[in-house]
Amino acid sequence: MTQFQTDPAPSRATTGATLLEVEDLHVEFRQRSGVVSAVNGISYSLAEGETLAILGESGSGKSVSAQAIMGILDVPPAVVSGAIRFEGRDMLAMSAEDQRQVRGPGISMIFQDALSSLNPVYSVGWQIGEMFRVHQGASRKEAKRKAVELMDRVRIPAAAKRVDDYPHQFSGGMRQRVMIAMAIALDPRILIADEPTTALDVTVQAQVMDLLKDLQRETGMGLILITHDLGVVNEVADNVAVMYAGRIVERGTVDDVFTDAGHPYTEGLMNSVPQVEAKGGRLQPIVGQPPNLAAIPSGCPFHPRCARRRLGAEAAPGRECSIDVPPLRLVASGREAACHYSEEVLGVRAV
Amino acid sequence: MGRYVARRLLLTIPVMLGASILIFSVVYALPGDPIRALAGDRPVSPAVVQVLTERFHLDDPLWMQYWEYLKGLFQGDLGTDFRGRPVLDTIERTLPVTIRLTIVAVIFEIVIGLTAGVLAGIRRNSYFDNLVLVSTTVVVAIPILVLAFLAQLLFGLKLGWFPIAGTREGWYGYVLPGLVLASGSLAYVARLTRTSIAENLRADYVRTAKAKGLPPRRIIVQHTLRNSLIPVVTFIGADIGALLGGAIVTETVFNLPGIGREVFDAIRAQEGAVVVGIVTLMVFFFIFFNLVVDVLYAVLDPRIRYD
Ligand SMILES: Nc1ncnc2c1ncn2[C@@H]1O[C@H](COP(=O)(O)OP(=O)(O)OP(=O)(O)O)[C@@H](O)[C@H]1O
Ligand SMILES: [Mg+2]
Repeated sequence: MTQFQTDPAPSRATTGATLLEVEDLHVEFRQRSGVVSAVNGISYSLAEGETLAILGESGSGKSVSAQAIMGILDVPPAVVSGAIRFEGRDMLAMSAEDQRQVRGPGISMIFQDALSSLNPVYSVGWQIGEMFRVHQGASRKEAKRKAVELMDRVRIPAAAKRVDDYPHQFSGGMRQRVMIAMAIALDPRILIADEPTTALDVTVQAQVMDLLKDLQRETGMGLILITHDLGVVNEVADNVAVMYAGRIVERGTVDDVFTDAGHPYTEGLMNSVPQVEAKGGRLQPIVGQPPNLAAIPSGCPFHPRCARRRLGAEAAPGRECSIDVPPLRLVASGREAACHYSEEVLGVRAV
Repeated sequence: MGRYVARRLLLTIPVMLGASILIFSVVYALPGDPIRALAGDRPVSPAVVQVLTERFHLDDPLWMQYWEYLKGLFQGDLGTDFRGRPVLDTIERTLPVTIRLTIVAVIFEIVIGLTAGVLAGIRRNSYFDNLVLVSTTVVVAIPILVLAFLAQLLFGLKLGWFPIAGTREGWYGYVLPGLVLASGSLAYVARLTRTSIAENLRADYVRTAKAKGLPPRRIIVQHTLRNSLIPVVTFIGADIGALLGGAIVTETVFNLPGIGREVFDAIRAQEGAVVVGIVTLMVFFFIFFNLVVDVLYAVLDPRIRYD
């Protein structure tokens, strides 16, 4: 496996002050063909120095919720509601101009595909330096000097020579570093990384993750890491939130959730990937397809695919999986899960 | 890049030669007798016919005629028409008219076409966007001849804003013909710009620009327009090459003695030297502006490299 230079015992969450509180966030896309409910009331918070991993299948709303927090969804067609408090101020209630000024120095984001996310017609130095020119009124020369510094900081070799090169002249890993340099240019309080390493090969993945962790240690920023890679989550994240159909279905520390899932969906995720403890066990992919967000199943949205679902006479009163929506509730100390029968799920993996 | 341009320029020489041979043989193959055509209905004495035939090598085989033509060409002599006027003089007289017409047309393409396209692309599905869609469709659907008469009627006669014919009023006289000539390309530029902008607005790097906290203006101007205009600029560049070929209809309707009308008249009169001279020049413009476009493309888009 890849090696990370993280501390042996990652600090157990909420070390510093709370930076971000997301409360009952909803995002809908109103389209001619109907309404797509991509995010359906998620809540979480992020503290200084904390790394929160967001897990979930494709289409579960991870990217959309991140982009809603950044305020970069096109409204319309997107409709965003709820509250997104950054250092206590609700971003959704701010003017567009105030919101814009949070982007960059306050919250910043890196995207999965660095090649298409960088503008092909400007040099990387120009694009990094733009942060200083726009947010700090720096001169061109000054901005370029700082861009070189940043490229050094994200360990791009021969930064001074490459500052005038264009994105297509870099390798995938180097391009992702350029993205990172741009995102951390103004020392943001929060960095959202949306699958920052998916497009990279394993060695480069590890380097990029190391870099992010090092930067976090230097600046104490909060990191929201969206990924499919349970191995990465296991090694770098403090807390994890598992999303399904635009909801958070389970939340807790990585150690807890990974050793003993409290939601059948999380359990399914753990069983469907080769890494993570349970060596020798057979892989069991989750059956069925992710739900259509224009027609989310009633009750628990996961119930059509759930092996532990209880219907009809099997179900406890008021807890029928196909009818009653399970709220996200405390199921053990520091653990929340949205399953009527979470207590039965917990403890199973200890077998 | 310099080497690429030099190579392309060198390549134009054989292309031009080939083009002139082609045009030469087409003119040569035209049915009818140019000397009779020149005389019209008047009778011509056989002696005159013979003198003219010899002077213009009309009885020589094609390759010999072409050889004579080439010899002249390398001395800067494009030959003369049957009335003895040098072809070079004819070009000097008519080309400026066509150049002015082209300049005015291109200004219209840029000012109206580009602006309309940008605004429509930014505000897609707005009232203005629909207006642009409908009006460009209408403009493209109407034949240029009808457009020309409409423009003359409306802006020339009814409103009296612009002269409707001739070049006596200088640049002012080029406004209406320029607009009519530009109309098709203008509509195309507007459409192309609109589509290109709408497409780029959805690009990942525009999303990045938003995430960087850039002001909306900057997102549009620096991160959308620059990328969107690449295909538009290259289209306009190529269009200049085509417009310089002269516009027979526009020049005729607005009575502008440009290169297009000249070559049209020359074809009817079977003025071989004039046709070959002017058409070869048109081919040159076309090739040259396509080269300019390719160079521009590399300047605008760093991903393009010619080596
Ligand atoms: N602009 C949009 N208009 C309509 N629907 C959208 C739009 N953007 C996203 N969606 C829908 O929202 C849902 C959630 O998408 P999102 O990109 O957040 O998924 P994700 O969890 O990030 O998946 P992945 O792991 O594949 O990146 C998807 O079903 C997607 O089709
Ligand atoms: Mg995503």
